[in-house]
Amino acid sequence: MLAAVLAQVSDFVVPHIDFHAFGPELALVGALVVVLVVDLIKPDGTNPFLSSLAGLGILAALIPVITLAVDGADRSLFDGAYVVDNFSLVLKALFLVSGYVVVLMSTNYIAEGDYAEGEYYVLLLSSLLGMTLMASARDLITVFIALELLSIPAYVLAGWRKRDLIGNEAGVKYYLMGVFASAVLLYGMSLLFGVAGDTRLTEIAAAIAGGAGETPMVTMAIVFVLIGFAFKVSAVPFHTWAPDVYQGAPTPITAFLAVASKAAGFVALVTLVFIAFPDRGDVVRPLMWVLAAATMTIGNMIALRQTNVIRLLAYSGVAQAGFILAPLAVASDLSLQAVVTYLVIYAAMNLGAFAAVIGIARKTRSAEISSFGGLFEYAPGLTVILSLFLFSLAGIPPLGGWLAKFVVFRALADANTASGYVMGVIVAVNAVIGLYYYANIAREMWMKPVPDGDRTPVKVPFSIGAALGLTIVATVAFGVSDLATRLGDQATFLLAL
Amino acid sequence: MDFIQDWGLTAMVFAPLAGVAIMMLFPKDADGSHKVLALLTSLVTAAIGIAVLAEFDYDNTGSLQFVRDNEWISVINSRFILGIDGISVPLIALTLLITPLVIAYSWNHFPEPHNPKAFLSLILVLHTGMLGTFVAQDLILFFVFFEVVLLPMYFMIGVWGGPERQYASIKFFLYTLFGSALMLLSFLALFFLTGGETFSMIELADAVQGADIARTTQLIVFGGMFMGFAIKVPMFPFHTWLPDAHTQAPTQGSVILAAVLLKLGTYGFIRVALPILPEAAHAWAPWIGLLAVIGIIYGALGCLAQTDMKRLIAFSSVAHMGYTMLGISTLTDFGLNAAIFGMVAHGLITGMLFFIAGSVKERYHTLEIKRLGGLLVSAPRLGWILGFCTMASLGLPGLAGFWGEFPAILAAYQPAEGLPVELFRGYMVVAALGTVLAAGYLLWLYQRTAFGVPSEEFADDPHIHDVETPEWIAWSPLLALILILGVYPNLLFKVSDASIVNVAQQIAAATGN
Repeated sequence: MLAAVLAQVSDFVVPHIDFHAFGPELALVGALVVVLVVDLIKPDGTNPFLSSLAGLGILAALIPVITLAVDGADRSLFDGAYVVDNFSLVLKALFLVSGYVVVLMSTNYIAEGDYAEGEYYVLLLSSLLGMTLMASARDLITVFIALELLSIPAYVLAGWRKRDLIGNEAGVKYYLMGVFASAVLLYGMSLLFGVAGDTRLTEIAAAIAGGAGETPMVTMAIVFVLIGFAFKVSAVPFHTWAPDVYQGAPTPITAFLAVASKAAGFVALVTLVFIAFPDRGDVVRPLMWVLAAATMTIGNMIALRQTNVIRLLAYSGVAQAGFILAPLAVASDLSLQAVVTYLVIYAAMNLGAFAAVIGIARKTRSAEISSFGGLFEYAPGLTVILSLFLFSLAGIPPLGGWLAKFVVFRALADANTASGYVMGVIVAVNAVIGLYYYANIAREMWMKPVPDGDRTPVKVPFSIGAALGLTIVATVAFGVSDLATRLGDQATFLLAL
Repeated sequence: MDFIQDWGLTAMVFAPLAGVAIMMLFPKDADGSHKVLALLTSLVTAAIGIAVLAEFDYDNTGSLQFVRDNEWISVINSRFILGIDGISVPLIALTLLITPLVIAYSWNHFPEPHNPKAFLSLILVLHTGMLGTFVAQDLILFFVFFEVVLLPMYFMIGVWGGPERQYASIKFFLYTLFGSALMLLSFLALFFLTGGETFSMIELADAVQGADIARTTQLIVFGGMFMGFAIKVPMFPFHTWLPDAHTQAPTQGSVILAAVLLKLGTYGFIRVALPILPEAAHAWAPWIGLLAVIGIIYGALGCLAQTDMKRLIAFSSVAHMGYTMLGISTLTDFGLNAAIFGMVAHGLITGMLFFIAGSVKERYHTLEIKRLGGLLVSAPRLGWILGFCTMASLGLPGLAGFWGEFPAILAAYQPAEGLPVELFRGYMVVAALGTVLAAGYLLWLYQRTAFGVPSEEFADDPHIHDVETPEWIAWSPLLALILILGVYPNLLFKVSDASIVNVAQQIAAATGN
């Protein structure tokens, strides 16, 4: 027995490792270690450099992304389990920039919050590392490792406010739902491995195409795998964790979960849909159709009744996830472009909305919508900026959100099928419903009186200001130029579709 | 002069935004600087616009001039195409005129809660949206500009409006957004039906002719556009947002809404819907005509029932836009020319009426018709101006309103070939009856507000004074134009005619008549 195993080991060849391809990940690991060590130098939690170091580390990780993009060559490592193509580069850049904005948002929030800072940034960087891995993962095991690497630190971060019961609830809930989803996912993956005898997505696709694909087991495996990620992207009916976790987690982490972590879930979804299951559109499309329709409609309905901005943004995030899923209901190459474009624009506007809420909550000490009354009178700048983000989320031109919805419509109309058109109408109706609750927050800020009469101007710390500046410029620029669509268009897989 | 030829339109459209950017640099309480900056910006914009209009070749108004064609969002095949012809020129001129006047009027008429910085910035953003819509020659670009006006108007009504402002503002927003969502779907459908090549209006018009699209499909696509534009106009039965929005909006908002925003809808019909889908337009025309005449009568009856002066003027807009739409529905060059004239005339006259309503409200703190009265005694000049404008509005020959209504009615006598002549003659009779009603409600309004003696509560009110300097500055150009266009309507017909003839011929050619 042992001899047989050892005999196999003997023809193990050391794989060639392309360190350039790993540049972003290596830079993140380096930053992670540096933050950990610097935190040890002054362990009482008052080290002022931690957030800057984390931010610089992320920016450093962007450099290899850029050099890889300039180099332009597709790279495939470990027999195709890890790939650097345009798709992975665009999404790595998205994750890193989002992570950087989250660090900017965290700087004051965490420093003033009486919690250990070092661990916070280490965990954030590890989660980010998992996301960058996910963008390149083309193998079931790599996908799973990336998923756990991005999730486990996120569980801890969600429960970061450990002296707060809601914070505890958030951590535990997120953890339990997360491992449950992982279990479902793993089960599906094990079935896939059983069918294909290989963990590489391309081989799985080949096995499915080669006859094994019609068996009920494959159908079940596909459904399980997709549902595993449906938890991650908070698709209805797997969304129930989202509002409580969003409310209980520190707000910057909420933004991180709502944008980066969700985007990572979508990355895994499209990778699987387009690379592993391209021949099973008959399973993928109806499943995605139902998920998308339910997600956007139910998310919107519940969002209509929210009185807390964070919970509202959580449910609206559920609805937005439905919009992002919608193009997968027709699963064509325009859908991939639509998903990536949407993710890029969504990241800018949603991170911005959270940053603005953090800035405002520093004064109102509450995220209840009613506490935002009359904000326009004493914080006009923040009011205008938050309104712009909200209306962008609602899809009002010329702000970025309209283009995101437009590419979704375009992908749906291009399919020229009845189900595609029906989905288009559902998206349109939901977009109008969405406007109502987004406009509701704007109305509170612009048109209602100040609830407690306190009109002290809000002081926005520099780092929040920087986060707002970055995101607002991106949101407007995405709406009036072709930046986002070009990114979406560029994001093609190494394997042509 | 090459700059004007190449970049004139771009500079004109974005100059207001540059002004907003500068205003952002000044603190909120620097009221004076904001007023001066906003006025300067609108004047600079007007100057660029005048430079463009001066260089416009008026002997060749039928063809697109000052064309700017750049790459824009190439992934979705949308290009940055600007250009103007005889249809856009009158409306651009109207917009360039109205905005500075509104800002001048604002000088000492800021509605609560004051804040000139925000208020004037919103007006300037609106300005960009309106100008952009009139010069855009790409459907997606057109859509973006068409939507840009939504947000500023929403905030203007919602923040600076009357007691029911929150309801009115969200109603306005949701209504228009619903329409434009359907419109966007139609644009997309057109794009894919013609092979997914272009969103350029001119190329699309040719592509649709070549693409052999099923008639029902064309009708549905036209229906989507119709919803978008008809809500904006607004046509009966999609008009219910208008009285609320107008009544609650601050004076400046009402003026811009009446003078320019409503025209985005009718302009959309003439610029986009008719030339691109002529056959569908032909099939829809009797229905559009029907809704137009219902609007004329319904608006007039609505006016007779109003007790609030501003709400009455708002309903009169429904009726007047009905004439414009009737003109459009005839699909003849005569009717379309009337429609263009009607848009400009309505913009000038109703804009003026809303200005007056605002000033009356400021003096009396009410617009309830039965409490007003004796305006000619307490503020004679204001009273005479109101008289002048009601006469213009009811279509007195010699004033601008006449040339919008009369030719539209006349056009219905002989609609385009293939349209049911008897039906349109019926419309003509109904529309003519509408003018009688218009005379009725306008004269009755004038009689109740201006004649008689001031009621006891206002008899010795020191607030009630005659027209002030900012009002004179804002109003005299409008009053003069109402008279000039009334006496010499060719000023406008000459500009619009050639382009309109093109549109009418396109329709005639496509429908095989």
